[in-house]
Amino acid sequence: MGPRALVASCADWAVICTGRPPSAEVAVIAGNRVVAVSPAARAAGARTGMRRREVQSRCPDLEVVARDMAAEARSWEPALAAVEAFAPGVEVLGPGRLALGARGPSRYFGGDAPLAAKVAAAVQAVVAGMSFGSGEAGDWTGCCRVGVADGLFAAALAAQLAPLGQPLVVPREASARFLAPLPVRVLAGAELSTLGELPGTADIAALADLLVRLGIKTLGDFAALPAASVLGRFGTDALVAHRLARGLGGRSLQGRLPPPDWMVAADLDPPADELHAAVFVGRALAEQLHARLVGSGLVCTRLAIEAQTEYGTSLRRSWRHDGALSAAAIGERVRWQLEGWAQSGQYGLNAQSGQSAQSSQPAQPGEPGERGVGAAVEAAQAGRVTRLALVPEEVRPDDGRQLGFWGSDAGAAARAARALARVQGLLGPEAAVTAVLQGGRDYSEQVVLVPWGEPRTPLRPVDGLPWPGRLPGMAPAIVHHPALPAQLMDKDGGPISVGRRGGASAAPACLVIGQGKPLAVNAWAGPWPLEERWWDGGGRRRARLQACTADGAAYLLACEKQRWWVEATYD
Amino acid sequence: MVVSRGAFPGATSLALALLSGPCAGGSWCAVVGAAGLGLVAAAQHGLDLERVALVPSPGAKWPVVTAALLEGFDVVLVCPPARVDRSIARQLEARARERGSVLAVMGEAWPGSADMRLAIVSGCWRGLEGGHGYLWGREVEVEAAGKGAASRARRARSWLGGPFQVAVDGPAVLGAAGPGAGGPSFRSIAGDEATGRSRPQVGAAGLAG
Repeated sequence: MGPRALVASCADWAVICTGRPPSAEVAVIAGNRVVAVSPAARAAGARTGMRRREVQSRCPDLEVVARDMAAEARSWEPALAAVEAFAPGVEVLGPGRLALGARGPSRYFGGDAPLAAKVAAAVQAVVAGMSFGSGEAGDWTGCCRVGVADGLFAAALAAQLAPLGQPLVVPREASARFLAPLPVRVLAGAELSTLGELPGTADIAALADLLVRLGIKTLGDFAALPAASVLGRFGTDALVAHRLARGLGGRSLQGRLPPPDWMVAADLDPPADELHAAVFVGRALAEQLHARLVGSGLVCTRLAIEAQTEYGTSLRRSWRHDGALSAAAIGERVRWQLEGWAQSGQYGLNAQSGQSAQSSQPAQPGEPGERGVGAAVEAAQAGRVTRLALVPEEVRPDDGRQLGFWGSDAGAAARAARALARVQGLLGPEAAVTAVLQGGRDYSEQVVLVPWGEPRTPLRPVDGLPWPGRLPGMAPAIVHHPALPAQLMDKDGGPISVGRRGGASAAPACLVIGQGKPLAVNAWAGPWPLEERWWDGGGRRRARLQACTADGAAYLLACEKQRWWVEATYD
Repeated sequence: MVVSRGAFPGATSLALALLSGPCAGGSWCAVVGAAGLGLVAAAQHGLDLERVALVPSPGAKWPVVTAALLEGFDVVLVCPPARVDRSIARQLEARARERGSVLAVMGEAWPGSADMRLAIVSGCWRGLEGGHGYLWGREVEVEAAGKGAASRARRARSWLGGPFQVAVDGPAVLGAAGPGAGGPSFRSIAGDEATGRSRPQVGAAGLAG
């Protein structure tokens, strides 16, 4: 007999987490098969396991949504936290399903039925708190079914069979009797494959099929067979299934440990009048956070700094660092960030604080001089800082950091990183970037800008793909965003067009950029057609041309819909 | 050091070429305020983009940003707005001197006399014909003038741009630079040593440090 277990299951979770009300006809599809349908779609004849075409033919108004496992798991997390709040040792069976060792909590709450009702209510409260497009959150009542039984297998089946809005509690030592009338095909059900009780689904499906053909229709019939014969005839996998059918065995639950909350925060009472007072608190918080992380063998790679002012404004900014952030580095970032917030709109070379000796000086209200007055006004508008918090957003095990072996000057890199972190504190993390080359046809497509500190990964590989239409030769030193409007004319002043076959109507002789002076064209080449993404709707068709003007400048021009643009300048 | 727009366009490429030498040598470079900089061209000039930081739109805070970057970077290239306050220019120059970094400025807006001014005085494009071919390079003549040892204006001819470094036909050095002007230098203007020699050494001491 397995341990007493409780299983709560929201069969429609894949639909619920998309934010649709139950009255909408929705099907969630993965790999061309329906994996979940909303109650309205089910009423219209849609079933899980159908193909997309089939379900659309039954239910023409159906909205088809691709499955997003990550979103399902993410949105299930609050429900787990809600149950964990009163019963420890929750095991996640999958998005929308959880298991709980029922013995202790049910004694505490006065029986299995009250516990089951409490779990269902907790999950329902989370569902009701989610936002649905039309505000019909209440319609999902009863979406969570709860079953309690001896053994995880029986509990999961009980949850599946529970009537709507009412938990199904199988009495103690009655699991075998509960299971006996169920058809033997439930062994192969997809719902049970995630329990971790049975071996591969394909083998069990084949076994269930074979048992039915042998005339063994129910789990009771299967359980009545002698175990030795089952082992001899069907193998070890079948023996596991046989034990489950008899209501025996089953693994013990492995409850998860709630994820630790690493946030450190401090309330400033009275509010910090001066910047360095807030910085001082921030340093202490940094030390505290670092000690806690080191104690757990972790390092922080992304950190959010949050501040609240007395007028209720809350400021937040994330800092990223590819290596470990030490206590001093965390403290530095806190200082930069507070300075950046205090100086926003206020700048000047004197406000620099590269050295720690200067660190407490800038942007203090009441400081003499024009800039000090400005800072005081700024502080009065933003309010004084009342609360400071450091939230590690990404932590990983501290496995040290390997520096490059040859030729990398770690000192120079560290100095550059500190300077850039300061700039990020002033302007925001997206303001300081590095460039990564990637594949593409256009010069602007061939570069992706990543904020400093983020991983430098190109979106498309640089090599390996052909990119037809890419220009050879030298690249332009200035790429215009957006492109500048231009006119290209032949020697009689008539506009030049690019024909259907990609040829220019005449030799270009004169170029006018924007409202500028006409420039004589000395030499030119092209046009080269460039057709992008014609296979989906967002395609562009252009022809590009290089032109060199009499003043020595060279341009990359593009003709789109018979209008000319300067895309880049070879400066 | 100021890279100004001379009689012939190409100041941006000249600035990129200026950065490529130190960058290839392992130095860190930062570019402030050049929103439309062609980074493919930068890579073609030999810049290692891993060691190039960009602050494309610092807005009105460009002096603070530049000063912060001078703390940590060996070369900082700035494209300042149209009007630059003389006192800000002084402070930035002083900071660069103090930190041993090179402050390179693109455009005409910089007040005062820089240690070194570079400009392209003439040039011609290669590769483009009447309706065929494609641009693959340009031959330019660069003039360098400045203070101190560089007060005598010198001119040098060089290749600029293109994924290939092509040797210049004929005498590479047209200006007055003799072989005695050696030492560490920006070797980026072209692949050949003779042209590199003619480059004055402003900032080279800072780069070495």
